[in-house]
Amino acid sequence: MNEIKQVSGSGVPLLLDDIDTDRIIPARFLRCVTFDGLGEYAFEDDREQDPNHTFNNEKYRSGSVLIAGRNFGCGSSREHAPQSLIRWGIKAIIAESFAEIFFGNCTALGTPVVCASRDDLEKLTKLVEEDPSREISVDIESKKVTSGDFECDITILDSARNALLSGQWDFMNLLLENEAATREASQKIPYLNQFAT
Amino acid sequence: MSDTQNLFNKVWDLHTVSTLPSGQTQLFVGLHLIHEVTSPQAFAMLRERGLKVMYPDQTWATVDHIVPTDNQARPFADALAEEMMSAIEKNCREFGVTLLDLDDDRQGIVHVVGPEQGLTQPGQIIVCGDSHTSTHGAFGAIAFGIGTSQVAGVLATQTLALGRPKVRKIEVTGELAPGVYAKDVTLHIIRKLGVKGGIGYAYEYSGEVFDRMTMEERMTVCNMSIEGGARCGYINPDQTTVEYLRGRPNAPQGEEFEKGAKWWLSLASGPDAEYDDIVTFDAADIEPTVTWGINPEQALGVSENIPDAADYPQEDQAGIREAYEYMDLQPGQSITGVKVDVTFIGSCTNGRISDLREAAAIAKGRKVAEGVKALVVPGSQQVLKQAVAEGLDKIFEEAGFEWRAAGCSMCLAMNPDKLKGRELCASSSNRNFKGRQGSPTGRTLLMSPAMVTAAAINGCVSDVREMLEPVGV
Ligand code: SF4
Repeated sequence: MNEIKQVSGSGVPLLLDDIDTDRIIPARFLRCVTFDGLGEYAFEDDREQDPNHTFNNEKYRSGSVLIAGRNFGCGSSREHAPQSLIRWGIKAIIAESFAEIFFGNCTALGTPVVCASRDDLEKLTKLVEEDPSREISVDIESKKVTSGDFECDITILDSARNALLSGQWDFMNLLLENEAATREASQKIPYLNQFAT
Repeated sequence: MSDTQNLFNKVWDLHTVSTLPSGQTQLFVGLHLIHEVTSPQAFAMLRERGLKVMYPDQTWATVDHIVPTDNQARPFADALAEEMMSAIEKNCREFGVTLLDLDDDRQGIVHVVGPEQGLTQPGQIIVCGDSHTSTHGAFGAIAFGIGTSQVAGVLATQTLALGRPKVRKIEVTGELAPGVYAKDVTLHIIRKLGVKGGIGYAYEYSGEVFDRMTMEERMTVCNMSIEGGARCGYINPDQTTVEYLRGRPNAPQGEEFEKGAKWWLSLASGPDAEYDDIVTFDAADIEPTVTWGINPEQALGVSENIPDAADYPQEDQAGIREAYEYMDLQPGQSITGVKVDVTFIGSCTNGRISDLREAAAIAKGRKVAEGVKALVVPGSQQVLKQAVAEGLDKIFEEAGFEWRAAGCSMCLAMNPDKLKGRELCASSSNRNFKGRQGSPTGRTLLMSPAMVTAAAINGCVSDVREMLEPVGV
């Protein structure tokens, strides 16, 4: 079990709201049978249209802590979105809020996604812009983000926090262990049993 | 079961396998639908770990996203699409899953096919690696989209881990005016509650308007729950639900059906059911509704003008300005009269037979405006067959629409149907995100199929209420 208590790295500031999964990975890149090559296409269309896009900026190329705004990852359920960010090099995301499926997908991949206040996100963005190499630490255990003398509180769903801390974010094994209980549960579900009462 | 329990909580409790150390619930999945885009990596994970599909009979596959809607000859012209087709065919064969492939007349968009084939039933937990799985909630099922790792988990264990959301009841009272459709109801709700309004919630739609709706209309509403941020949306099963299911291929038959129907109806939230939140709307306030911006919340009634950024809270204003710029629309401008280049009728939101009938009623005897590319794409082969039997294809073709084969088509950019450059598309689909319809700079206005038809005929956004009278004979 791979316990995830803390993740650190330099920042990637992208403090925008409502970034949907179509923008993170445009649909044409979903024509694939493995996630392997997706990293280089993260934000492909946004980058094309905006030469100044964060993901075009060499300064942030080695960054791994993404800083985003409200409702990050809204839209489709495509796991291709977190997969492309992770393959780009992102290890954690701090945002004001996340869309639920995206949040679940990230957690299931062992990537902490945590929430901070707009105010703190703005401060952190400024610090990263001034010094892209500064180290940011996302601590799941103490629920804090620190970077030099900057520190702020973060929130994360208890279930996600527990899963990361206990190393049970890769839920497959956990679910497999309950096979007997699963078969038993199926016995009481009417539509699986000819509606026998 | 206590009377204060709403349907959501009854169904959740019934499917609970265990409470996981994380505090999440391990839920049994009654129906798992898969398609070619989000499943290949999941099957790869199974292979890596040497796992099997635990309940292959509760798992159904179809192909929809990448399928071309004009030339469907194999191999596809797009080698990547062909590779994905071969992958799902091989995976389903190897793991014993039924695949409704292109040569099967049950094939179509996954969320059209499930209900049509009677697979979708009340009281189930339904998942699919696709966010619009919420569609199936129309039957009083708890249905939601999942990511590929979860698809792998469900294939291997028939369960998934999830935190229990809160439940919000959304009532719409009164009666919809002529020319106002289910699509307008859902766009209106999203416009009012916002694209983030539903985060953390399941939506229960109830009240007179939903009671009167057909199953297909209910599917349109539930389909877009996810666009309002909700995890899922559902409507309590009633006699309309029961009658829709009667005689469907995979629904129970005979005596078993009657037993099933009794159980389905017993799941409905009763008058004393409790909710975490209740919101009420009046149908009289709902006009034909159109999106003008880059998310489904940026919508307005067709007779309104594009709003001023200043009318929005400070935190939303940047997004509103971004939308003006991207869409090339100005505050104060009327949405009617905005020129369209392309019109699209189809998708899992509005690609069912009743949608095509509504559109055909407007198209009949009229002509698509010059220079407009107009597509009609049935949601499934069954819808296509029925439309042909009713002569709808002829009505569309005579009016100048292109009549296509079943698939997701221009709802998203994974097949040859795409916008080009800055084209503006009046679309019956569900997402108006930047670049959604295949051109990174393409623009989308969401509206009902009838409104899309009106836009195709007039070459610009128009109020379909002025076109409800049939033309000619
Ligand atoms: S029609 Fe559109 S929204 Fe529906 S499943 Fe296909 S791509 Fe997704």
